[in-house]
Amino acid sequence: MKYHTQSPASTGTSVIGITFNDGVLIASDDLVSYGTLARYRNIPRVLKVNEQTVVGCGGDFADFQHLSKIIEQKQIDEEANNDGFTLTPKALHSWITRVLYNRRSKFDPFWNTWVVGGLQDGKPFLGYVDMLGTAFVDRAVATGYGEMIAKPLLWEAVEKKESITEEEAKDLIAKCMSLLFCRDSRAFPKYRIAKVTKDGSVIEGPFEVNVDWSIAAHVQGYE
Amino acid sequence: MSAIGTGYDLSASQFSPDGRVFQVEYAQKAVENSGTAIALRAKDGVVFAVEKLVTSKLYETGANKRIFNIDRHIGCAVAGLLADARAIVNVANDEAKDYRSQYGTEIPLKYLKDRVAMYMHAYTLYSALRPFGASLLLGSWDKFEGPQLYCLDPSGLSYGYFGISIGKAKQSAKTEIEKISLKDKTCSELIKEAAKIIYIVHDEIKDKSFELELSWVSEATNGRHECVPQEVFDEAEKFAKDALKHDSDSD
Amino acid sequence: MFRNQYDNDVTTWSPQGRLHQVEYAMEAVKQGSATVGLKNNEHCVLLALKRSTSELSAHQKKIIPIDEHIGMAIAGLTADARILSRFMRNECINERYAHDQLLPVNRLVSALGNKLQNCTQRYDRRPYGVGLLIAGYDGKGPHIYQTCPSANYFDCKAMAIGARSQSARTYLEKNMHLFKDTNLNELVKHGLLSLRECLPNDLSLSNKNVSIAIVGKDHPFKTFDDSNVDQWLALISDAEKRGRSTTSAPPPPPPGDDTDMPPAENQPQVATEAAEHRMAID
Repeated sequence: MKYHTQSPASTGTSVIGITFNDGVLIASDDLVSYGTLARYRNIPRVLKVNEQTVVGCGGDFADFQHLSKIIEQKQIDEEANNDGFTLTPKALHSWITRVLYNRRSKFDPFWNTWVVGGLQDGKPFLGYVDMLGTAFVDRAVATGYGEMIAKPLLWEAVEKKESITEEEAKDLIAKCMSLLFCRDSRAFPKYRIAKVTKDGSVIEGPFEVNVDWSIAAHVQGYE
Repeated sequence: MSAIGTGYDLSASQFSPDGRVFQVEYAQKAVENSGTAIALRAKDGVVFAVEKLVTSKLYETGANKRIFNIDRHIGCAVAGLLADARAIVNVANDEAKDYRSQYGTEIPLKYLKDRVAMYMHAYTLYSALRPFGASLLLGSWDKFEGPQLYCLDPSGLSYGYFGISIGKAKQSAKTEIEKISLKDKTCSELIKEAAKIIYIVHDEIKDKSFELELSWVSEATNGRHECVPQEVFDEAEKFAKDALKHDSDSD
Repeated sequence: MFRNQYDNDVTTWSPQGRLHQVEYAMEAVKQGSATVGLKNNEHCVLLALKRSTSELSAHQKKIIPIDEHIGMAIAGLTADARILSRFMRNECINERYAHDQLLPVNRLVSALGNKLQNCTQRYDRRPYGVGLLIAGYDGKGPHIYQTCPSANYFDCKAMAIGARSQSARTYLEKNMHLFKDTNLNELVKHGLLSLRECLPNDLSLSNKNVSIAIVGKDHPFKTFDDSNVDQWLALISDAEKRGRSTTSAPPPPPPGDDTDMPPAENQPQVATEAAEHRMAID
């Protein structure tokens, strides 16, 4: 009997993404855990694919690295073609969905959750894919604990307004990352942001989570 | 070609009595029917120039390029049957890809050219295949090896060069290349010389119109193979045309 | 006894560096009825002359849709074209499946080119005996590509292939400066006028023997046949529908023994024809 992967090994936790009026932000912290151990503490999990596409990834880190290499080669192929076409966020989102669904259908999944973002025909694009091949596109997405802890905040922000500015989006990311750090025991107070605008894409950071433990005095009922 | 018609020249897997494989020589002949391509090794990189013959006014400008990227860091100019050349370029792409997935770094040109040359050589061994009717010029620059330039031919040979020309006017282009002291020159100087050579060797009477293609890979491009910027192209082309005009004036 | 000992299989080079089997396959394209492709800023138009083998048979289909944004017209062996069209449809569908986007035309054509090349190099295969005019619209605008059995392909402003197509090419060359900024109706009109140059003497353009296809911006590939052609035929007068008494292009010279036939000198026609015949290496 051949056993496929039935649990992840070294893992990253939440990734959050949000679109703003002229771009996209994807953020994740720098930690790769081994079980409950905070094992590698300087590992970015957001990746620049090209000037209009970035990805972020949680879950099994080896699977992320493996697929990253393939995505990187895809991008090199596109560049070698030199025909004016390039890998777009929508195309990459679709491709990752196919790969992940395919593997889950073989009962041998890539143990990841992916966030793909960028500019598609000049407009912000943000997509989500999980290890089962579940995929959707939204103005704000979050993976792992982020889906429970950060997403309500992200939703509130994007549903309140037609569009938000880069600054508002960054403030929101900072708020979400610190909230995640407070609640998620696999989170880390150092994170990076992948940003795509019409000026290209860039990985910013690392940023420190703003932690204010004065709140601890007010927490009741957990003593 | 003394053995033409004696029956020893019909298959790649057959030697002639004096020890030649004529099918390979005929394939090399196909390369010599094509527009000229040259590559020059400067002290800081490699430049490519191609005389792309345009056989109909109905074709779009810039179609059927004969300079390719093998990977980010390796450039390739071809002469011969374009369809054959593309097939080899695909193989080279795959080898570069394979090396990266195995070793996690870019393939050094000295390994790539051996792999591709072996592939081409395999097509000279069997009667069920024909040798490729194309030659490739491969160039790269990196900080360990500096500039590198190789030429692969249909026989599967690969030699390193300071300067090399293939195609129709390879002889006269070679003569022109030999006039330049390549080792002292930079890519930005040689790109003009390369354009000039293509303009000099172009046979206006036989071939009428052509498009010039220029590219380079150098220290200045960070070891990436790129088409030259438009202003560099314009300048090089102007330099070539002026030189040609000056030549014909002095005649 | 041997007219030419170098023309028996695709794996044999002639002493001049030519591949006669491939060149013969190029001849198959000239046996097919003519087809024309042209484009303006936003649209591509394909026009084809259909033939029927007898009074009792229908006219043979010449235009094959590939995807929403790509279609093609064929000249040469129809059965070969069907294999290629299946391949092309597959490529387009795979791109939709994997990347959720329409396959750029140039990428489809280069994939096709690689497929065509493979069978010019192996003893157990023969080249595809069909020429294609591929029309498509993608992120880089409208495109007309010509492909050949030699595995060469050309990005064209306009092109005509098939029997008696030289005169259509002459028309296109003369008028192509007008195409870019013209409207769709005018473009089709130019197409019809060039197509009629390819008619056999006793025929005229009709809704029986003409197929038209259009693809372009906000215009999925659409073929017009039979009565649907009338709206386009109405663009030209009855006199303009008649074939002109052009003498058909001279037949290709018989492939003589390579040894006493210098290359290139035996091609009297214009550059395109010579290049096609000689398996253009550029």
